[in-house]
Amino acid sequence: MHIPDGYLGPLTYGVMYAATVPFWAIASWKMNRTLKAKQAPYLAIGAAFSFVIMMFNIPIFGGTTGHATGATLISILIGPWAATIAVSVALIIQALLFGDGGITAIGANCFNMAIAGVFVGYGVYRLVSMGSTVGSRRRLVAGGVAAYVSLNISALLTAIQLGIQPLIERSSSGEPLYAPFPLSVAIPAMAIEHLFLFGFVEAVITALVIRYFQKNEPEMLG
Amino acid sequence: MTIIKKLWIGIGILALLSPLGLIIPALLGAGGAWGEWEIDMIEKIVGFVPEGMKRLADSGKAPLQGYAVPGQSKGLVNESFVYILSAIIGIALAAAIMFLLAKLLVRRKKGH
Repeated sequence: MHIPDGYLGPLTYGVMYAATVPFWAIASWKMNRTLKAKQAPYLAIGAAFSFVIMMFNIPIFGGTTGHATGATLISILIGPWAATIAVSVALIIQALLFGDGGITAIGANCFNMAIAGVFVGYGVYRLVSMGSTVGSRRRLVAGGVAAYVSLNISALLTAIQLGIQPLIERSSSGEPLYAPFPLSVAIPAMAIEHLFLFGFVEAVITALVIRYFQKNEPEMLG
Repeated sequence: MTIIKKLWIGIGILALLSPLGLIIPALLGAGGAWGEWEIDMIEKIVGFVPEGMKRLADSGKAPLQGYAVPGQSKGLVNESFVYILSAIIGIALAAAIMFLLAKLLVRRKKGH
């Protein structure tokens, strides 16, 4: 769901940048207030993990591919504000160095994956795991469910941003200027593949890593 | 072994396995992600290229566009090799930038 350049018109990509920057600012402030120097290596690994996990493209019927983002998992391990920055760093490198995701779309992509994905994932995790112990099965399920919901929210936001383009960015003759697919096409396309496959991939990856930490380094989850 | 070392080993393994993200889609004949098509593919799908998209779509000018090196030989083996290199570069950059950001933010505390 890395939106390329040319799919979003300036109305949308401008708004998405405007929506994203405050989160980056608050995240920086939060990190400044709560971060300890010894946490830096874990934040670095979080960004690295997000980058590499997005390279695993998974095919689905219909001939398209998708990937996990690691947003929920990273938020569980380093907190949502640091995770916002970590996933944003990965996304920005992908856009600038590898052309994966547009430069005009950095705001949108970061909002969908690094902000919405992170906070929805973290919120659902905290909700479902409330009151449970670090090593409990509920934590595992919470991580999986949170990751599933989080990725689907990211996908839905992406689909909405793409799908409204024919409505709001039109030529004088009514032709779409940017992404040409309406909501009625974009939403089912993105939703189905993320509800039926990619969401589960994200959930399984998240649960597996949580399980690893539960057994080997539970203090990472505490 | 410290936790950090173990995590880095995990990241390294992921980097080495990353070509699966190329090979498995290729085996199943899958294209790119939905809504991430290039201009010529859009033209095939909808029959035209929207004006704004024509203007904004980048002409593939990122240094390592598509996790590939310009002029690299075709074939899954070559692509996989460069894919792993891209993974390593991206991992190193992401980690380095994040580490630097973290250090910068910690240092900016009042009276520090």
